[in-house]
Amino acid sequence: MSGPELVWHQFRYDQRVFWRDPAAVFFTVLLPLIFLFIFSSIFGSETIEERGGITVSTYYVPGIMTLAIVSAALVSVAIGLVEARESGRLKRVRSTPLPAWAFVAGRVGNAMVTSIIMVVVVTAIGRLVYNVEVPDNTIPALLVTLVVGTFAFSSLGFALTTLIPSETAAPPITNVAVLPLYFLSGVFIPETEIPDGVLDFSSIFPIRHFFESFLTAFDPNTDGAGFEWGHLGIVALWGAGGLALAVRFFHWAPRR
Amino acid sequence: MGAVSTAIEVNGLRMSYGDFEAVRGIDLAVSAGEVFAFLGPNGAGKTTTVEVLEGYRERTGGEVRVLGVDPKEGDRAWRERIGIVLQECRMEPLLTVRETLTLYAGYYDAPRDVDETIALVGLQEKAEERAGKLSGGQQRRLDVAVALIGDAELLFLDEPTTGFDPSARRQAWEVIASLRDLGKTVFLTTHYMDEAQFLADRVGIIRDGQIVAEGKPSELGGRAEAASRITFLVPEETELPAGNWTLTRGKGFVEITTTEPTNALHELTEWALERGTELQGLSVSQPSLEDVFLELTKDTS
Repeated sequence: MSGPELVWHQFRYDQRVFWRDPAAVFFTVLLPLIFLFIFSSIFGSETIEERGGITVSTYYVPGIMTLAIVSAALVSVAIGLVEARESGRLKRVRSTPLPAWAFVAGRVGNAMVTSIIMVVVVTAIGRLVYNVEVPDNTIPALLVTLVVGTFAFSSLGFALTTLIPSETAAPPITNVAVLPLYFLSGVFIPETEIPDGVLDFSSIFPIRHFFESFLTAFDPNTDGAGFEWGHLGIVALWGAGGLALAVRFFHWAPRR
Repeated sequence: MGAVSTAIEVNGLRMSYGDFEAVRGIDLAVSAGEVFAFLGPNGAGKTTTVEVLEGYRERTGGEVRVLGVDPKEGDRAWRERIGIVLQECRMEPLLTVRETLTLYAGYYDAPRDVDETIALVGLQEKAEERAGKLSGGQQRRLDVAVALIGDAELLFLDEPTTGFDPSARRQAWEVIASLRDLGKTVFLTTHYMDEAQFLADRVGIIRDGQIVAEGKPSELGGRAEAASRITFLVPEETELPAGNWTLTRGKGFVEITTTEPTNALHELTEWALERGTELQGLSVSQPSLEDVFLELTKDTS
């Protein structure tokens, strides 16, 4: 098989495994939707004056996208890779003619497809159930955010595996890495309720910048194309850092 | 280069971890089509050696050629030609047997037929079953099938039957024996002597990072020429004749070690017949491979 065919082959099986894994589907697909329903049901009709009077639902649609993509890329990739590493499968795959880049591309492609599905589903639910406007001029910005974010958080997922010693440690470590940041970055709690000092702190990390890029794309008050290059740059920088770390320290053999 | 008649060639392989020398200059040669068993106690340098051959580890010194290629330069074409069964590997539990093999088959240019490979390891009934639902022995057979799917010339099997029940081991042995019939070269590590005895054309024993014996299982450590052992049971108070042998007695149990078993047996049976004594459980045996192994690897320090 040629390179692209190998990637496609690997990707198809990765997709199959993803959709058969109840935990992955629950945390990446169902849980973000459940959060969307909860947050929008509680605060949905309120408006955020500081952001030009957008409804809280309009705020939460990009927030839930952020959650879903970080989950599809960073969380699922890290947990899946650690399980495969500790069971000996990564080492095994290294002994086959499959090039390492094709294996990696399969995993990233998997995260990308899941992310695209979630962006479409969350946008549709926002429109149909909560009357959240679908972006028009900002669609390119939305797509660029989606792609940059998926690459960056997948890299961070690969990088994070180097800090995870065992299969049982994978879910707690990845959740400790992202869960507090959802709260501090304005994904779960509107940023207008969060003290400036806390926002300054969470601005060190990529989740807040990723969310801000999506939020601008969904904000009906956004003029023009809505590209948040500053925020996207920081997300990309984190991705590049993760990639460098992963290239240097990624383990194929079990750690135990 | 043409056909390689020597599948594995190792000269003066050394491997150190800091101050610790795990492998201290070993030489090995495995011919194409041979089943070679690599034996040794835990920590003797077995796994380190195999991982150097498989290309997982970079050696400290020495020359290594696997299918004519230095494993540390093993590229995609080289990996087409080797198959590996790791000591421990769980296949993806959410894929079926057939899916797992189809996935791995896609990595190779000229893979074996998936159904044929499933049949070879006897998993036809389980082809549509997810790997996570297979028993331990069946998972191991799937593991072997994955190593076979690329139709490699050389297979590394690292303790392929550890943790198997006796019938699963027998089945695994049959699969491995059938690999030889397919003309594959097999490099097997094990710590079961009966496994080596049953499967291997040749055996190498490693101890403290050095090869201490190498040869056919039947001749290893001078087994063919070694002293025979005659054992039987007689009442404890029975006085036994003296002869050209060494005698050991325990509770009614007698063991005689001799280099002339025919003579000794003749004298003993004649003596017993004259007295009307029955030599219960009379047996003559050579030292087993296990005896040789224990002797060669016993801690002398």
